Amino acid sequence: MENFTPVPAAIGGALIGLSAALLWITNGRIAGISGILGGASGNDLGWRLTFLAGLVAAPLLYAVAAGAPAVAIQAGPATLVVAGLLVGFGTRLGGGCTSGHGVCGLARLSRRSVVATSLFMAAAAATVFLTRHVAGG
Amino acid sequence: MPRFLAALASGLLFGLGLTVSGMINPAKVLGFLDLAGAWDPSLAFVMAAAIPVAAAGFAVARHRPAPLCAPAFSGPARTGVDSRLVIGAMLFGIGWGLVGYCPGPAVASLAFGGWQAAVFVAAMLAGMGAFRVLDRATTPRPRAA
Repeated sequence: MENFTPVPAAIGGALIGLSAALLWITNGRIAGISGILGGASGNDLGWRLTFLAGLVAAPLLYAVAAGAPAVAIQAGPATLVVAGLLVGFGTRLGGGCTSGHGVCGLARLSRRSVVATSLFMAAAAATVFLTRHVAGG
Repeated sequence: MPRFLAALASGLLFGLGLTVSGMINPAKVLGFLDLAGAWDPSLAFVMAAAIPVAAAGFAVARHRPAPLCAPAFSGPARTGVDSRLVIGAMLFGIGWGLVGYCPGPAVASLAFGGWQAAVFVAAMLAGMGAFRVLDRATTPRPRAA
């Protein structure tokens, strides 16, 4: 557990919770990134694009103040494409991702979100186990 | 206009939260998912802090007839656990475990993740587009907004 960072994790988590609360109270929308990205239609683009602009801009502003955040990706091109397709298709079919189900849904005590979060956590942990400890080594 | 400013502020808070917590980094997320390796429980602390704050926001809104800057609340339309939810969550989990990217961090890290982040986000958008096409082709009734 040498990489464990509980205090920044909790502060960052509280900011994400605040974001979800703000978007619901002001816009009446769930702060689920897959839904915001994938649910866009012609007459409903404005708030989605401004939210996404903030999402991309915040790490840049952070970098100006505190240095660039670490972003380490080890996957090769083929894995990136397969994983991206699975994440895009799966989150839309399942009606949410880590933010929509994992934060907003659990906060609303949604049974769907409890089931979805348990399943995607278990599937992701099983995938990491297989790729790191069984196949890759 | 206040509606868009609120959405912008919400996006900024979300992106800042992902950055401060380290969840913008797929290597750190994989550290949480790797239960058999050098396990990093940080992601659990992110969720444990995010959920009660979000729940407080939902509780405040429960007593209001409408959001502050929009005509109505647009909550999730579907109810009940169905095969779409189960299969979708599992496909998402497999993809998440392969790279360590879920949608929020993938978009937020676009400026820092090099070509890998760009390729992942492009594939993710293609996956969302493929779902949209397939969903429209297989659903006879018009979808509710």
